[in-house]
Amino acid sequence: MLMTPLQKLQEQFSSQITETHAFRGDETAVIRPEALKAVAQFLKETPELDFNFLMDLSAVDYLFFAGGRIQKPFRFEVVYHFYSLKHNYRIRIKVPVDEKQAEVDSLCDLWASANWYEREVWDMFGIKFKGHPNLKRILMYEEFQGHPLRKDYPYNKRQPLIGPTY
Amino acid sequence: MSLSSPSGFFTSSLKHALGWARKFSIFQYPFVTACCGMEYMATNCAHYDQDRFGAGFPRFSPRQSDVLFVVGTISHKMAPVLKTVYDQMCEPKWVVAFGVCTCTGGFYDNYATVMGIDTIIPVDIYIPGCPPRPENVLDGLMKLQDKIQRGEQSRTLYDPHTKKGRPAELQGSYTIENHIKHIESH
Ligand code: SF4
Repeated sequence: MLMTPLQKLQEQFSSQITETHAFRGDETAVIRPEALKAVAQFLKETPELDFNFLMDLSAVDYLFFAGGRIQKPFRFEVVYHFYSLKHNYRIRIKVPVDEKQAEVDSLCDLWASANWYEREVWDMFGIKFKGHPNLKRILMYEEFQGHPLRKDYPYNKRQPLIGPTY
Repeated sequence: MSLSSPSGFFTSSLKHALGWARKFSIFQYPFVTACCGMEYMATNCAHYDQDRFGAGFPRFSPRQSDVLFVVGTISHKMAPVLKTVYDQMCEPKWVVAFGVCTCTGGFYDNYATVMGIDTIIPVDIYIPGCPPRPENVLDGLMKLQDKIQRGEQSRTLYDPHTKKGRPAELQGSYTIENHIKHIESH
C-alpha cells in the first residue's frame, strides 16, 4: 500500500514524533525541537517525498489559550507548512517552544524562503532561530521594544517614532 | 479706492486673484499607502474626473506639489517618511486626510497604526469614509478650493491628551471597548 508522507515520517522518526493528526489527507506531526533539522532534511531530500517548497512558517502563542482554561506545557508553537510540487503532497510540522529558551533551528540553508519568515516570527513573537544569517526585525522598526503578537503585549500599546505617545 | 493708497485695493484683489489661480491649479502629491488608493484612482479617472477641478495632475515630487493627499493607513514606521515629504513641500501647502484611517486611525487601535495623521502634520480637510466615495472626495476637494480661495491654511496639530485640534465630528474614535459595548447593546 502506498504510504502517506506522515506514515513515512513516522516510520523514520517514531521516537521524535510526539503527536500526529490526519484528516482527509491533511496531515500534521508535532515533533521534538531537537529533531527539527533532521526531519526537515528528510522531508526535503527523500526523493519519494521531495518537499521542495516551504509554503509558510508561523508561530502561535498559547498564553491565555481558550481564555486560560487550557494550559499547555510550552508557550509557543512554531508551525511549518511544506509542499511537494512534484508529488502534490502537503504536510504540517509543529515544534513546541519554551518561553525561557525561545529558540529553534533555522531552516534557511534548506529553504531560502525561510529567511524572511523566520525574521517575521522573531519580530512578532521573539522566537530566535539558531543559525539564521541575518536575524533582525523585518516589519517593525529597530527602536520597537517587545514583540507585538505575544499575547502579553497590550494590543494598543503604541511606540511612535515621531509624534505624541498616547 | 484710490491709486494713491495702493495698499488696500491692490493687496486684497491680488490675494483674491492668487487664490483663484491657486485653487484651479492644484498640483497634488498622492501619498498612497493602502486600500483608499483605489478610490483615489476612481476619483482621478474619467468617470468622476478630478481634472474638472483643476486637480488632475499628480506630481510625485514634493517640491513641485502644493496639496498633500494622504491616502490610506499610516503606520508608525511610515510616519517619519510622511513628515519628511510634508517638510519638503514648498509654501503655500495644504494637506488632505483621505479616508478614516488618516483622519483618526479608523477602526485600527493597535501597536502599528498612527491614530490620525493630524498628530504629526497639520490637516486642512478631513474626508472620512472607509473608503470615502468619489462624491465625498470631490466634496472635500471643493471645500479645499474654498479654503485656498480664502488663503487659509491649517497650522495646528491634534493633541490626543487635550483632544484639541480635530473637528468634533471626528472625536470619540473607534476602540475595541466601544465596539464590544456597541455589539452588546444590540
Ligand atoms: S479608511 Fe478604509 S479603505 Fe481607507 S485605507 Fe483605511 S481601511 Fe483602507
